Amino acid sequence: MAGEPAILASDFPPGVKDFDFEGLVPGLGQAVTKVTILAWLAAALIIVFFLVAYRKPKLVPTKTQWMAESMYGFVRDGVATEVIGAKRGLRFAPYLTTLFLFIIVMNFFGIIPFLQISPNSHISFPMFLTAITYVMFLYLGIRKHGFFGYIKHTLILPGVPWPMHFLLVPIEFVQNFLTRPVTLAVRLFANMFAGHLLLLVFTLGGVALMNAQTVFFRPLSVVSWAMAIIMTFFELIVAALQAYVFVILTASYVESSLADEH
Amino acid sequence: MKHLAAEGGAQILMPVWSEIIVGLIAFAAVCFVLMKFVFPRMEETFRARVDAIEGGLKRAEQAQAEANQLLEQYREQLAEARTEAAGIRDEARADAAAIRDEMLAKANEERDRVIAVGKEQLAAERQTLIRELRSDIGSLAVDLAGRIVGESLADEAQRRGTVDRFLTEIEADGRASTGAAGRR
Repeated sequence: MAGEPAILASDFPPGVKDFDFEGLVPGLGQAVTKVTILAWLAAALIIVFFLVAYRKPKLVPTKTQWMAESMYGFVRDGVATEVIGAKRGLRFAPYLTTLFLFIIVMNFFGIIPFLQISPNSHISFPMFLTAITYVMFLYLGIRKHGFFGYIKHTLILPGVPWPMHFLLVPIEFVQNFLTRPVTLAVRLFANMFAGHLLLLVFTLGGVALMNAQTVFFRPLSVVSWAMAIIMTFFELIVAALQAYVFVILTASYVESSLADEH
Repeated sequence: MKHLAAEGGAQILMPVWSEIIVGLIAFAAVCFVLMKFVFPRMEETFRARVDAIEGGLKRAEQAQAEANQLLEQYREQLAEARTEAAGIRDEARADAAAIRDEMLAKANEERDRVIAVGKEQLAAERQTLIRELRSDIGSLAVDLAGRIVGESLADEAQRRGTVDRFLTEIEADGRASTGAAGRR
């Protein structure tokens, strides 16, 4: 009895090492790990659900069809047309919805029993999603205003006394071309990373308390596990919120590239 | 990645290329399926739904308009029928009045005619009576005078036209008095 939990307790405190997963297929390295398998799982779940739900769309929707439509309608009406504009926004609704679904499903994996890790807690995933957003809003801006037109549109604020530009142009440059992508990626990554760590702290902390040398500490493990449960619900909110934030920021960047005014 | 864990925390911000590739492929697959097969059909369904609702509203509006038109038509017809009935009634009333007037006129005419005929007959009878009476009275008076005087005066009277003169006088008197009476 004393031997088994002692191994678990040795994992405390949790750290960066808890985000490493061994390659499951020798020779492929990090390409096949728990994290990448979960990414595939997320993709498969979304594809299967939508294909099944929208196999035979009806004017009066069935329950699953209604659910699928609600998800699309949420991003379409709540983000795409709301942020980018009623006419232009509709074009971006399919991509934004896909992005939202992909992120939120992977985020939820962080609190689903046995999966319990979100691929987004590895910087690789938020990074390539951000790269797509980055390329997209740069491309759209250059296509609309031309290369120099877009640079000018982004960096030069209208109606500012000219000496101020010495100050504002660098700020605008850093903000639009450096901070935007970095914050977008790191925000999602850090939230998922911290969330996972938080759950580990309380769960493993409970185990550690259970095995404490001092007998009086042992009942406190219940408190720790209760906190883990509360944090799980908190993570549920964070998972949804971060997916929403990522999508709404992407939409907002696209909008700023398409805008006529700065 | 395990070997990096020992060096500290910075490597968590280092992407793993194989993960990026796998993630990109998975995401691309989701994008492809959803953006090509699912969301365009959803937009189609949304449009069809809007059409159905708007079409239903339009149909209802049309039916309403038709009903209103029909009601208007019925009302018009009813009003027409009413005026027509009123016209017919007026006409009938006028006809009745005309018939009554005509009848009255005919009756008056008939009455006048009957009266006129009666008057004529009366006058003719009176003339006949007067004529008879005159001759009778003449002979009666002569007879009577003859009887009183004792001789026959008949020839004498005839010769002198006394009786006739006498009767004419009476007649003139009677005519004057009847004329006065008639005037009165």
